[in-house]
Amino acid sequence: MSDDKVVGIVLVSHSAQVAESVAELAKGLAGGGTPVPVVPAGGTEGGGLGTSAELIAAAAAAVDRGAGVAVLTDLGSAVLTVKALLAEGDELPAGTRLVDAPFVEGAVAAVVTAATGADLDAVEAAAGDAYSYRKV
Amino acid sequence: MLDADFFRRWMTATAASVDREAERLTALDSPIGDADHGSNLQRGFTAVTAVLQKENPDTPGAVLVLAGRQLISTVGGASGPLYGTLLRRTGKALGDDAEVGEEQLAEALRAGVDAVMALGGAAPGDKTMIDALVPAVEALGDSFTAARTAAEQGALATTPMQARKGRASYLGERSIGHQDPGATSAALLVAGLAEAAGE
Repeated sequence: MSDDKVVGIVLVSHSAQVAESVAELAKGLAGGGTPVPVVPAGGTEGGGLGTSAELIAAAAAAVDRGAGVAVLTDLGSAVLTVKALLAEGDELPAGTRLVDAPFVEGAVAAVVTAATGADLDAVEAAAGDAYSYRKV
Repeated sequence: MLDADFFRRWMTATAASVDREAERLTALDSPIGDADHGSNLQRGFTAVTAVLQKENPDTPGAVLVLAGRQLISTVGGASGPLYGTLLRRTGKALGDDAEVGEEQLAEALRAGVDAVMALGGAAPGDKTMIDALVPAVEALGDSFTAARTAAEQGALATTPMQARKGRASYLGERSIGHQDPGATSAALLVAGLAEAAGE
């Protein structure tokens, strides 16, 4: 897959700081492969805790390079809002997918995998695999 | 028959009662939730009223689809996508008809409630808005008043339940003894329906 067709990543958290920090962490650990577009969509538009459909839609549009967009979320309204936007049909770029993965570990796996030029299926699988890594 | 004006009245009546009850909804959301249910819904329904006035959709389905879209984009909490999906899916089920019958509305609302259950993964007894909506939809075959009563009783019946969905579920047994804020606001939505019908 060519460099300009890299999978985009959107990180949706209830907190702007969490989304931004996880994006920074994941990009920092991605190493020197293909630069991956990663955009955080955290908190409400007013800067409070919560989920903003507008921020999510803008982030997805910003990272779309035509190879699909993987959206990772934390919990509650973040999950439900992304699902509701996907159900709308035309709010998110074609090939946008809500990825079932732990937020931090999944984001790192997704960005590292996307940086190898992998497709959306591979990015989703890598992010989901992060669930199987037990710490104890 | 129910026209677009009826559905606008439904949304306006719900917005007014959410406004009136916002503090109570947030108070119910304090012990078991994150204490923003009233203010979130108030923001959402204020936006719904404004957009309906501005765009003035002319079919029942279009009123609900527009209202639902507005809730998804403005509420900021889980009630946004949940209520948004409820209204949008109900509106889509009503199609493009200029007027709809009460039985048609009951069927469409059932489709909307099914969509909410699919989105949130909640079933009756989980201490959510579903516990008010499901009995309301079943009673809607009788009358709007019966639906309102069923929703209110459904909301009250959530008090002894243990939450199995959402933030309240983390509290386990400590969620018992509190009326669910989502079921309470769902009862306001159903009461708005009866109010729009002049009941």
